[in-house]
Amino acid sequence: MTNLKKIIIDGNEVEVDGAMTILQAAEVAGIEIPRFCYHERLSIAGNCRMCLVEVVGGPPKPAASCAMQVRDLRPGPEGQPPVVKTKSPMVKKAREGVMEFLLLNHPLDCPICDQGGECDLQDQAMAYGVDFSRSREAKRSMTDLDLGPLVATTMTRCISCTRCVRFTSEVAGIMTMGQTGRGEDAEITTYLNATLDSNLQGNIIDLCPVGALTSKPYAFTARPWELRKTETIDVMDALGSNIRVDTKGREVKRIVPRNHDGVNEEWLSDKGRFIWDGLARQRLDTPYIRVNGKLQKASWDEAMAAVVTAMTGKKVAAIAGDLASVEAMYALKALVGGAGGNVECRVDGAYLPLGDRSGYVGTATIADIDDAQMIQLIGTNPRDEAPVLNARIRAAWARGANIGLIGDEVDLTYEYTHMGNTVADIEKMLNVDYKQVLDVPSIIIVGQGALQGKDGEAVMDAVKRIAELTDSKFMVLHTAAARVGGMDIGFATEGGMITALDGAAVVYNLGADELDIDAGPFVIYQGSHGDRGAHRADVILPSAAYTEESAIFVNTEGRPQMAQRAAFAPGDAREGWAIIRALSGALGAELPFNNLSELRAAMFAEVPHLAALDSVPENEWKAADVKPLGKRAIKYAVSDYYLTNPIARASGIMSEVSKSALGAKMAAE
Amino acid sequence: MTVTVNKVIKRFLLLDFFSAFGTGMKYFFRPKATINYPHEKGPLSPRFRGEHALRRYANGEERCIACKLCEAICPAQAITIDAEAREDGSRRTTRYDIDMTKCIFCGLCQEACPVDAIVEGPNFEYATETREELFYDKDKLLENGARWEAEIAMNIQLDAPYR
Repeated sequence: MTNLKKIIIDGNEVEVDGAMTILQAAEVAGIEIPRFCYHERLSIAGNCRMCLVEVVGGPPKPAASCAMQVRDLRPGPEGQPPVVKTKSPMVKKAREGVMEFLLLNHPLDCPICDQGGECDLQDQAMAYGVDFSRSREAKRSMTDLDLGPLVATTMTRCISCTRCVRFTSEVAGIMTMGQTGRGEDAEITTYLNATLDSNLQGNIIDLCPVGALTSKPYAFTARPWELRKTETIDVMDALGSNIRVDTKGREVKRIVPRNHDGVNEEWLSDKGRFIWDGLARQRLDTPYIRVNGKLQKASWDEAMAAVVTAMTGKKVAAIAGDLASVEAMYALKALVGGAGGNVECRVDGAYLPLGDRSGYVGTATIADIDDAQMIQLIGTNPRDEAPVLNARIRAAWARGANIGLIGDEVDLTYEYTHMGNTVADIEKMLNVDYKQVLDVPSIIIVGQGALQGKDGEAVMDAVKRIAELTDSKFMVLHTAAARVGGMDIGFATEGGMITALDGAAVVYNLGADELDIDAGPFVIYQGSHGDRGAHRADVILPSAAYTEESAIFVNTEGRPQMAQRAAFAPGDAREGWAIIRALSGALGAELPFNNLSELRAAMFAEVPHLAALDSVPENEWKAADVKPLGKRAIKYAVSDYYLTNPIARASGIMSEVSKSALGAKMAAE
Repeated sequence: MTVTVNKVIKRFLLLDFFSAFGTGMKYFFRPKATINYPHEKGPLSPRFRGEHALRRYANGEERCIACKLCEAICPAQAITIDAEAREDGSRRTTRYDIDMTKCIFCGLCQEACPVDAIVEGPNFEYATETREELFYDKDKLLENGARWEAEIAMNIQLDAPYR
């Protein structure tokens, strides 16, 4: 099937697929070719000309290696493989010439440019350029664009590589950016000076090889060489994007994505990228106790004593919020469950079958979306619930996949067949003859919006039945990073929230801020931010946020990933599991682990698949029997993408983006 | 034998004394190498690396643009800079500290500076009574710049042909 071709690059013979470009073949041979416009995950533009190479026997001019396929190269007179040189004098001269052209209009403002130190143009000018310029002309200058509150622009620095235009139109699916004019007048603009309406816009900051597009909130605050880099996991959505957290001193300065082909490729949603200012605001840095109706600062000893007094001899229920780590939930389950109390992590009320991993995770991996030709979205708006996943669905659509949606009609950045927005429309799907499409690779993605409500269980069964009928892979798209991990360790009670909280005199709230707890029970809140949960609390135990402790999170496809500590928690805040362990000692019911590794060892013994980090275990399919469905209209789980969790609500950047997105929406209507 | 005779002659004619006296008198009548320090001062090269100063432009705008190159190059890690956008959107420091007790006066900071903002001026008389006074902040450095601007500008001008 593959059409392998031999090619000799700088004397190294490699055999590659003929459809590959010279640049890709050189990468296989381990030879680096400089480039600006070429990017692995975007279409090929071939306009920066930095990747010029010499093709022996070809036309007597250098060829753009990013745009020339190996199969188009002419073999030698006796059928020898074509020869390409990347280090010849011709190539050196060509690169120097291109670099001189690129720098003609590029300002010499590196000292005030945020890209300085991590700039492709800087690096390549050092490596491939010359140290002089023959230009005596004035440099061109440009008016800056207003792209909204996240991306700062300095268009004079732009080298017109069009990576941002290709990203926004191909991956993010918004047709706002483009290039106008020719020659010296060529400029990147937005259509009618619109701001970017996408929750993936931060990625163009990473893509821009120069300092034309930089991060507005991060502006001028740090240099790349003074940041300490920690590779960890994002928890802003359930995708578990791989991220790198850059800290300076104790402060998180920025968050950038890491490449993981199976999860986020190399993109990151704006919430994951710009959340960092929320980590420094509204923080709980000391324990609080409610005295006479008012929360007052207290020491750990006083808070622990208050908790012990409240919990002793009472019926305790524990609930876990969206950002809780598996370790903290495991410790809490051992503490509360060990004393006969109920635990529950499905705080949004969505039905997830306890113990049936094929039901609460599904059988599909995120990478399966790439090959799917039919994708059925049920009660999910992936653009808000997992923007990077939505980009992946869009890529599948661009390759020809058909997308169907049950739920309110929204702009998903791609075309889809709208099949209604009520539960009854799911029922209709059960009665279709799918014989002709059984061989087509297909995925059913069900969102939390469909599973919320009294008939959640019936919806889950119906959707699973549809997956059986169509022979599809099945995926549950979660909105909370903690949910799958919580279900994996069994942090749930049959019957859901109502049963779990029924008759509880004490509620131990592990960072659940998206629900109201009825007046009555004594509430212990353990979390990082002073949000809704903390306001209802009688005792507050401050704990670390996701960048401040090493913890496991399981993403929506069931892939356990380890987050690492990038900074220390503020003030007296402690790591989540450690608080619960200390509390168990104070209660006289010591948990059988003294440190994090002992806790993990115990947890892995109970739930072995959590130990296999970064792998997706296969889930055994459990057949579902269909129950009658109602006629409920499906409401999506996420109403305001930028304000879904306590960290986001504490973030000034997020509230600003939320406001401007709302303004844009209202202006459109 | 002869050695003993020479010694005797030398001793009786006081030759050692006269040669030492001659040396003493030679230096007595030579111009003096010492100067009356606080009132008189020796010449300084335009390249002299003394106390640091942050300069301003003639219009009063501070030169420093918070590029952090001096902080990066400082081998003693004596410089600490925090920066953010000023209200008018320009890149400025909010904090520029030099720990003069760490500084080794190598001059790399002024070499690295793209805008001649941080310079090592001609002042070397900044001894303090306490250690804390040697932790310079931005105000102190800008004040130094204002005080020494004439000398610093002259030194830069004199050294310019050799750069």
